[in-house]
Amino acid sequence: MAGYRSKTGTAGAADRSPEAGRRRELLREMLRVRRLEERCVELYSEAKIRGFLHVYIGEEAVAAGVMSALAPEDAVVATYREHGHALLRGVPAGAILAEMYGKVEGCCRGRGGSMHLFDADTRFYGGNAIVAGGLPLAVGLALADKLSGRSRVTACFFGEGAAAEGEFHESLNLAALWNLPVLFCCENNLYAMGTALARSQSQTDLALKAASYEIPSWAVDGMDVLEVEGAARRAADGIRGGSGPHFLELRTYRFRAHSMFDPERYRDKAEVARWTERDPLLLLRTLLESSGQLDAADWEAMEREVDAEMAEAVRFAEAGTPEPADQLLRFVYSTPVQP
Amino acid sequence: MKTTYREAIRAALREALINDERVFLMGEDVGAYGGCFAVSLGLFEEFGPERIRDTPLSESAFVGAGIGAALGGMRPIVEIMTVNFSLLALDQIVNNAATLLHMSGGQFNVPIVIRTTTGAGRQLGAQHSHSLEGWFAHIPGLRILAPATLEDARGMLPTALQDPDPVLIFEHGSLYNAAGELDDDAGAVEIGHAAVRRAGTDVSLITYGGTLPVTLEAAATLAEEDIDAEVLDLRTLRPLDEAAVLATVAKTHRAVVVDEGWRSGSLSAEVSARITESAFYDLDAPVLRVCSAEVPVPYAKQLELEALPSAARIAIAARQVVGARG
Ligand SMILES: Cc1ncc(C[n+]2csc(CCOP(=O)(O)OP(=O)(O)O)c2C)c(N)n1
Ligand SMILES: [Mg+2]
Repeated sequence: MAGYRSKTGTAGAADRSPEAGRRRELLREMLRVRRLEERCVELYSEAKIRGFLHVYIGEEAVAAGVMSALAPEDAVVATYREHGHALLRGVPAGAILAEMYGKVEGCCRGRGGSMHLFDADTRFYGGNAIVAGGLPLAVGLALADKLSGRSRVTACFFGEGAAAEGEFHESLNLAALWNLPVLFCCENNLYAMGTALARSQSQTDLALKAASYEIPSWAVDGMDVLEVEGAARRAADGIRGGSGPHFLELRTYRFRAHSMFDPERYRDKAEVARWTERDPLLLLRTLLESSGQLDAADWEAMEREVDAEMAEAVRFAEAGTPEPADQLLRFVYSTPVQP
Repeated sequence: MKTTYREAIRAALREALINDERVFLMGEDVGAYGGCFAVSLGLFEEFGPERIRDTPLSESAFVGAGIGAALGGMRPIVEIMTVNFSLLALDQIVNNAATLLHMSGGQFNVPIVIRTTTGAGRQLGAQHSHSLEGWFAHIPGLRILAPATLEDARGMLPTALQDPDPVLIFEHGSLYNAAGELDDDAGAVEIGHAAVRRAGTDVSLITYGGTLPVTLEAAATLAEEDIDAEVLDLRTLRPLDEAAVLATVAKTHRAVVVDEGWRSGSLSAEVSARITESAFYDLDAPVLRVCSAEVPVPYAKQLELEALPSAARIAIAARQVVGARG
């Protein structure tokens, strides 16, 4: 099941044009991420799932906008804050949750957990918990496409914290030097754990940094999914057209703590409150309602369907089989190896 | 045919590039320069800049790009000039290449081959002379090869390229000029087993890579004293051919492990531990080790020589274990 999806266009008075339908679809996608993440927090609090858990609440417009600009044959590389990316790429919510439960039905049979979701069917290459560790992989995936004469995009997500790592600079340089089809998506949520961007970078304009590598780069309002989608489409079109890597700095904000262990000493509540006024779901919903593209019945139906999807995903994960401990040594090598 | 270790590797590279269009070589100065150690000399002219791909000084990014290209269906051979510089790419090797298959629950394997030069003996000082292959042999998910002979220099690469998982090949810098006869039809060799390079009955000298020549030299010296040493070349450092180690110890009842790495926390410690774990009652004497002195490898010739395992030190250790009658 490539993403749980029920029909849009639930009965109502709202605009039924394809354009309106597409926008409602983006709203639904963001809502799916929001609800999945809320479930994750609940399940974590109930100690049903463990490990480090990083939720994406507040940043949904970034993944939703970029994913909708990608084609099935494209590839995605993401970070440890990747539940939403996996979901919107088409990994079923049940397989994601089952992974966090350590079940056979998990997308990695319990060996990855929250920070390491992978899925070959959707070309989802992780789930990387080393800050900036995924950028070189994306460069290599794009190199393979180029050497094989395939026109595909590799989208690589990373936080603004990654811009301080050497791998960021090495990878941007390589991608530009070799004119590789990489879409760099920098999720600038202003903090790397508790370190504010201005406390870690001499130059805080990240698009400018990327531009210094001769990469076409834009700063985008990452709370406006339509902006994100438009920018991602333009960038992906440019990449497919052979004009090499593109870079988007997506200006966003995480509403929740960095992880489940973060007492948030480094920012004040007023700042968070200011940003929640620009909640990406709220922004789009308001826009759609005011332009007659979403009515109350649409929204209620959407919520009902997404809630049902997530309830079913939790049920699926709960009902799964724990990956047997006697399977521990599988998948270290492709063929069994006695160390 | 007469050849050298360097030429044997080059022949293997050339064959791989001809036989499989997914294969490409990338690294610093592999192309226009002809390879830091001239291993890839001439390949740039023959195969062009796409397949003999010069990279910037970005070890982490180009090793990671090799991993990504492997995920994307290619068969990259990544050359890191020396193991000392591989430390800048440790993240990609240890956190990505070695883990992706496992973390993805078997969905993504990484068929990359990483070649690098290791070892001392050329008065290059501490930052160009260390033997760190033992560190890599610590990591589950990697396969570690150490060709010590012309046959292995020629034959390990094609076998490594068939492996669905990451393989690291450590070429000892002092071996590149080693010359000798190689069969005209030499090709792929198996990489699962250690090899007895000299059969003997009195003591097992267990080594690999760059210290094979001095170990054989020590065995020749010992033979003049009527000590018949068996020399075992591990060839593959991970997974270790434990059966071969135990078999030679069962035969000679005495063992000296020779390793250019440092002694503390080393591959030689691992081999020694396997012997005590599984062949303790076969032993007639404690296992001894001949390793590099525990200093950063120094520049001055006399200091460097003093630091490295020598035939003389190996022979002394062998006499000592043979002298210890059980
Ligand atoms: C190389 C590395 N160093 C440190 C960490 C610990 N760490 C995990 S997340 C994080 C902050 C990263 O911030 P950013 O890249 O902005 O991403 P965000 O969490 O904001 O999405 C740090 C320091 C790590 N995982 N990897
Ligand atoms: Mg951040």
